[in-house]
Amino acid sequence: MLALLTVVVAAAASLAMLAGSEHLTFSDTYARDGVALWAKLIVLAATAGVIGLSVSWFRRDPRHGEYYTILLFSALGAILLAGATDLKEFVVAMLLSSVTGFVLAAYHRRSALASEAAIKYFLLGAFTSASMLIGVAYLFGLAGSTTLPGLSQGLPQGGLALVVGSALVVSALAFKMGAVPAHAWMPDVAQGSPAPAAAFVTSAPKVGGLVFLARFVISFPSGSLDWALAVAVVAAATMTLGNLAALWQDDVRRLLGWSAVSQTGYGLMAVVALGRSDLAVPALLFFLLAYVLGNVAAFGVVVELRGLTQLPAYSGLARAHAWLANALAVSFLSFIGIPPLAGFFAKLILFAAAIEAGYTWLAVVAVVNTVISIAYYARVLAPAYFGELSAPVPVLARWAQAATLASAFALIALGLAAEPLLDAFAAARLLPA
Amino acid sequence: MRAAELLTAAIFVPILAALAIVLAPRRWLSIAATESGPDNDGGGDDPGDSGVLLVAEGPAVAVSAPAPPARWARVSEQQLQAAATAVSAIPLVLLAVTWLRFEATGGFELVEAARWIPTLDVAYRVGVDGLSLPLAAMTALVFVVAIAYPVDLRGRPVPYFALMLFLEGVSLGLFLALDLFLFFVFWDLSLVGMYFLIGAWGHGDAQRSALKFFLYTLAGSLALLLAILGLYLASDPRTFDMAELIRQKPLGADGLYATLVFLGFFVGFAVKTPLVPFHTWLPPAHVDAPAPASAILAGVLLKMGTYGFVRILMAMMPDTFARFAVPLGVLAVVSIIYGALVALAQSNLKRLIAYTSVNHMGYVILGLAGFVAEFQVFAGTLAIYPVLAGVGLLGIIITAALFLRMLQRLFLGPLPQRWRRFPDLGRAEVMTLGTMIFFVVLVGVYPLWLLDVIDSFAGPFVGRP
Repeated sequence: MLALLTVVVAAAASLAMLAGSEHLTFSDTYARDGVALWAKLIVLAATAGVIGLSVSWFRRDPRHGEYYTILLFSALGAILLAGATDLKEFVVAMLLSSVTGFVLAAYHRRSALASEAAIKYFLLGAFTSASMLIGVAYLFGLAGSTTLPGLSQGLPQGGLALVVGSALVVSALAFKMGAVPAHAWMPDVAQGSPAPAAAFVTSAPKVGGLVFLARFVISFPSGSLDWALAVAVVAAATMTLGNLAALWQDDVRRLLGWSAVSQTGYGLMAVVALGRSDLAVPALLFFLLAYVLGNVAAFGVVVELRGLTQLPAYSGLARAHAWLANALAVSFLSFIGIPPLAGFFAKLILFAAAIEAGYTWLAVVAVVNTVISIAYYARVLAPAYFGELSAPVPVLARWAQAATLASAFALIALGLAAEPLLDAFAAARLLPA
Repeated sequence: MRAAELLTAAIFVPILAALAIVLAPRRWLSIAATESGPDNDGGGDDPGDSGVLLVAEGPAVAVSAPAPPARWARVSEQQLQAAATAVSAIPLVLLAVTWLRFEATGGFELVEAARWIPTLDVAYRVGVDGLSLPLAAMTALVFVVAIAYPVDLRGRPVPYFALMLFLEGVSLGLFLALDLFLFFVFWDLSLVGMYFLIGAWGHGDAQRSALKFFLYTLAGSLALLLAILGLYLASDPRTFDMAELIRQKPLGADGLYATLVFLGFFVGFAVKTPLVPFHTWLPPAHVDAPAPASAILAGVLLKMGTYGFVRILMAMMPDTFARFAVPLGVLAVVSIIYGALVALAQSNLKRLIAYTSVNHMGYVILGLAGFVAEFQVFAGTLAIYPVLAGVGLLGIIITAALFLRMLQRLFLGPLPQRWRRFPDLGRAEVMTLGTMIFFVVLVGVYPLWLLDVIDSFAGPFVGRP
């Protein structure tokens, strides 16, 4: 596929850039640093996985050409977001990512569920886009510059305007990441939109959003705002709400959506620890990688089961499709953080970073949430392994299967051989630090 | 084989064997059905799919295969069990060799190390000392017996034996690990393995018990994870190396930080041991687990908690441990008395379990007794407090009374009508139970061989040079 080829070329180009120097480029509007490059590779990995899932899903769809174009544009939006060091660039990246995201979510336009999800997604997105623009205007007015280095020099030490402006920008980022208070679209999109698109929309923009949030908060002049505490509160609220809501879901895709919300909360822990722990940047990148892979694997199983989503339909899956059940188990156990899967390393460094930054209470909240999350993951896994098969389960063809299994395998491999990536992530710089 | 690879082999031979039988294509390993059950649940796949990626995961797949494989490739459930038992005995032999080479110097011996994640100073480090060697050997023995023990496999023998072998390797790894990170990896994997064992082959409300087990012990293990991270962040240079941490003893006796880390470890180990009030997951898990899993739960998994208390808390945070010794001792004694009293009241439970099977009952009672004995061991480490030891003795007496009552009922009580036609112990059962009884008697009559080894570890703790 041409789309897959594009991803491979882009990935190869970024791999070559890894060796280069880290600096700001395009008049301080774009960061050419380790974090941006790794974030780009993570987004590309997610895109490649989603393309694999989409091939089988959209095979009969006459409009599948447009779909891949939009998917690639959306990936570009997430990549730009991860590298943006300028508020105008940030606006462009956010809008590119959002607008394509709405289309992806509503791709099955005749489906009522998809339309509902897309409308919800769109309304929240429009609302937060407006708040983002107002916030950017505030910050520009305060600092006299839109670049992040300019902000860190020009922003005042405090004041209501600074709080309001940054809160408006952060709320737009919260929408992008699916964090409280702009998380409500996540479960609907996960349930209603085409499963491969859901896999993409719930993961790739999150990479860009989290990385930009990290860049944004470290640009504040030191002592101006206690952003770490604010982000910590958002993180705690996000993971708690996501997990509690996921407990009651009988729909696997909706459950995955809520679990994606709670995962955002864990990821925010890395942002909290920025500047106070050397582990924060590696934690952020490793978490994103583990999350994206787990998400592709989990949605991949749903895709492979032709979007089958009711909980009883998963009963006895291990007897009929052992590999699919195993992929689902690996992805869920990685979300929980069972060693030696990638998710475990992600949580390990996240916890270590949070404790080192002095946010032990946040780590404890995350642990309590992890325990809660076991309950709903087990609600899917237990019937899949212990239940009896009720009816034959037809599956899609090989592309989706290959993408799912590759992601699950990568989760195991990354867990066992985490060292090279950890090493590389530890060396990555987050500009403008 | 070089001496330095003994322990690694003991850990990974069972794990690799488990992977091998799960991943083996069904052309090589197909299980002949021993009974004609409803096997058509795998038959719903269209052959095009099953050809791509399905493996032998139970007879559902194997039996419904349209063309029967070649005769040499068909393995009966008994043959698979024999093979699994043979594999599970390899670590036992290796550990016996280790025991012969063990010199009881008091430190870690036969250490094997390999780089893993140098960025965090995580490494693959295994070794033995007087504490871990007997525990590891006992683990291997319990697993051999448990795997050899006949059990109803509900038509899924391949995953069952794979899980058992996997669990054996993981448990051995836990006792032999000399790296906190590695320790935690094996700790969590043992929970996952046991979760699937109870859930898939358990009795009664097995899924609920399995989930309860998983939730409780994983909550404990996450507290343990936070505590490990706390200890790691306090060490300088930062390391997960147990020997180095024992040397550094990074945390002092006092301070909020040390107390929090101590509490994290305490909760983690107390859930697994389990100490009152963290014990409520154990009875349902024991009752509902299949008999061999129950034996492993009581014989191996619960020992991990006490092992952690001694290996990590006492060795790495001795001052903090001393500060909390009295409340811990009181808690242990409460557990003893509580466990004994609750066990005494278990005639109802026994009656309930008798409906499922006779051997199962034996294991549950053994399990509950183990639940009691666990704390006697624990109280023994605190023997400096004579009052507590006295109360502990009371617990032993109550337990003894319990066993007397049970024996009386077993041998002298009326035989319920429904057991008239129940067969006596089969050959395999006699063999496995006999080995266990032999060791019980051996340790009782001639304990010196065991005590010598343990002594080399315990010496420093009681202040003997």
